[in-house]
Amino acid sequence: MVLLKKIDWQKYSSFAALLFLIIISSFLSPYFLKFQNLMNILRQVSYTGIIALGMTFVIIGGGIDLSVGSMTAFIGAIVVLLMNYLGPAIGSEVIVIVIGIATGITVGVLLGAFNGFMITKGKIAPFIVTLGSMAIFRSLTLYIGNAGEIRSSNIIYGEFGMGSFMRIPVPVWVMLILAAILNLVLNNTRYGRYICAVGSNQNVAMFSAINVDFVRFFSYTLNGILIAVSSILLASRFNAVSTSNMGLGFELDVIAAVIVGGTALTGGRGTVWGTVCGAVILGIINNMLNMVGVSPYLQGTVKGIVILGAVYIQRQKQ
Amino acid sequence: MENIILKAENICKSFSTVEVLHSVSFTIRYGEILGIIGENGAGKSTMMKILSGIYLQSSGEILFEGQKIDLKKPIDAKKIGISIVPQEFNLIKDLTVCDNIFLGSELIKNRLLDKELMKKKTIEILKELEVNISPDEKIENLSGAEKQMVEICKALAFKSKILIMDEPTSVLTVNEIKILFRLMKRLQKDGLTIIYISHKLKEVREICDRVMILRDGNFVTEKNIDEITLEQMAENMVGRELSQIFPRKNKPSDEIIFEIKGLTVPGIIENVSFALRKGEILGLGGLVGAGRTEVSEAIMGLRPVSGGEVIVKNRLISIKKPAEAIKAEIGYLSEDRQGSGIITSFSVIHNITLVSLPSYSNNTINWIDQKSELEAGKKYQKLFDLKAPSLKTHLEFLSGGNQQKVSMAKTLDTKPDVLILDEPTRGIDVSAKQEIYHFINSLVKEGISCIFISSEMEELIGMCNRVVVMQGGRVTGILEDKDINEEEIMFYATGIREGGN
Repeated sequence: MVLLKKIDWQKYSSFAALLFLIIISSFLSPYFLKFQNLMNILRQVSYTGIIALGMTFVIIGGGIDLSVGSMTAFIGAIVVLLMNYLGPAIGSEVIVIVIGIATGITVGVLLGAFNGFMITKGKIAPFIVTLGSMAIFRSLTLYIGNAGEIRSSNIIYGEFGMGSFMRIPVPVWVMLILAAILNLVLNNTRYGRYICAVGSNQNVAMFSAINVDFVRFFSYTLNGILIAVSSILLASRFNAVSTSNMGLGFELDVIAAVIVGGTALTGGRGTVWGTVCGAVILGIINNMLNMVGVSPYLQGTVKGIVILGAVYIQRQKQ
Repeated sequence: MENIILKAENICKSFSTVEVLHSVSFTIRYGEILGIIGENGAGKSTMMKILSGIYLQSSGEILFEGQKIDLKKPIDAKKIGISIVPQEFNLIKDLTVCDNIFLGSELIKNRLLDKELMKKKTIEILKELEVNISPDEKIENLSGAEKQMVEICKALAFKSKILIMDEPTSVLTVNEIKILFRLMKRLQKDGLTIIYISHKLKEVREICDRVMILRDGNFVTEKNIDEITLEQMAENMVGRELSQIFPRKNKPSDEIIFEIKGLTVPGIIENVSFALRKGEILGLGGLVGAGRTEVSEAIMGLRPVSGGEVIVKNRLISIKKPAEAIKAEIGYLSEDRQGSGIITSFSVIHNITLVSLPSYSNNTINWIDQKSELEAGKKYQKLFDLKAPSLKTHLEFLSGGNQQKVSMAKTLDTKPDVLILDEPTRGIDVSAKQEIYHFINSLVKEGISCIFISSEMEELIGMCNRVVVMQGGRVTGILEDKDINEEEIMFYATGIREGGN
């Protein structure tokens, strides 16, 4: 029973860290606990947070996806270009948006599946495959957008991404709902069990009649869907896609959130809510650095230290 | 007291709050071979890990040549001359024999690796051990027995005073054991002290000067080897008298339930055919490397075959994927527990239902019914007398024998008609073995049919209705009833005789 308690403690350590950070921050700045500030933090982290949910599955399965940032830009560019093209032909703005979203998600599935296919059938290391696709997706984005900004001509597309429901921003709702669903998928469904098994010991999984390739393939596809969701929300927020800047550096924020959230970089273990915590922790740190007036150029340093620290702590526990 | 090399006093070891060694004291004399025997979880391996610096004792003292020593890391033990040959192999498969032997203690000349000297020394050691392996061979190309030899070489490459061997013979063939024992005797003559941990009491009797018995983390007794009988050893280990080790054999029906015809995996197994009757235990005998495991892996769809048929209940089945074999109600307990049998970072329950998970999540969204999973866990815990703090305990915290029980529960939970057991008693103790024997017997009585792979002659003779003997990837003979004896099996296993049945 004592061993059990120890393990559970590890599971919830990112929650403890988050709580600790909130307490510290509320002392450091009187504005920190203001509702508007908290909502700003949550909104800021929600875009990478949504992708981090998918990345949690990828990393638990023993993989990694570096292409998330460029894929975000690529999907965003396709969605906005398509809507601009369809706008004049179809009268209803709403129908255009629905088509845009459906296309975005389909493209997300296809791009994620491409990564997954190269990794499982092509038998190329995930790091290499996604490094390659990172370059491919960004380059294609720049090409189709002439390396500039693609503005959306849709009148209402820019609204729903900025909107709130019960005073909480839409992207935050989306992140929380997706986290709740994916948490159940991870803990209560066959797929969730299988991805942990594959990440822990691929050989045992294979001997246990688990379709290892499919399980891993699907994690990249799932990640593609979540990237599409994030991309659609992000493009909507700015009502435009900057082909060179959108999603730039996302891979770092996303992987950081997953790891700070307690998912083992070696695979096999992790939690969805831990990832949400990890994303929020990183958001609060950024927010506090701004509030206490640390140069924005130094924020990358802090982020890097947090990632290294989290991985270091993971190593010590093993 | 001149002749005492190592003295352990009141050694206790706890993991969290569970104490696994209770104040164990013993002495080791210069130049003796001390056997340490005990059941699973008796504390043998823990004790040896303390002596070799892998664990630190919670309390108690170790005196080495009269001096109190602190073994905080494995290197501390190595420095004073205590080496260990671990039970699970600890070799890097991409490196050569020579590289592995000197791993972590490479010889240096002019700041660079002195490859020539290392190779020369490796050749010397290999020669001394009468092992016929090239120093440049990669570990992945070696058999289990050869790997074992490399482990021993690794331990002996440095001036050791005490050599600890943890279950060294569990993967060796009869001949290799003989070579190992000769080597141990010679090393002893040269002044080496050896601690020999084993479940095989006969071997302990043959090779050891003295024997120490542990039970449930307690010291039970120590005796000179000529003062104790095999029966007394066994009784002291389990704390009760052993009834007959092997159960009475079940009489199978004539109905053939499973058959393979001409199974071939290029370069590994060739034209293997045999049939299994309902309620039968069919042994697969042979030396290490005869291709027995490969046959079962081919049946399970884990190896691509170039030819051959697998017929279950008169139906030809496809064997391209493991899932197809599971669907055809074939269960497989793999030989390599840690490598392909169980996930150590998973709980007991999650391991048990790993293969059978679809039957616990038989709905459109594949939602797992965790309540019935828990019930299954409880059922097997009772059935196997599983010793675990909780069903949610991760397997890394269980002993080898208990891990094996979980592995077996996992295989059975798919409700197979045909069960392939690959070395099911490897590395576990007498009483756990006996439990497993009786358990297998009760399964065949219920009508399950069993293919039983074992390198231990006694097991094949004691358990099987028939024995298929393999050599070099081919079936050399099939023995029945009274023909099943050590000599006959060896004749076919070594290829001296062929075409039995």
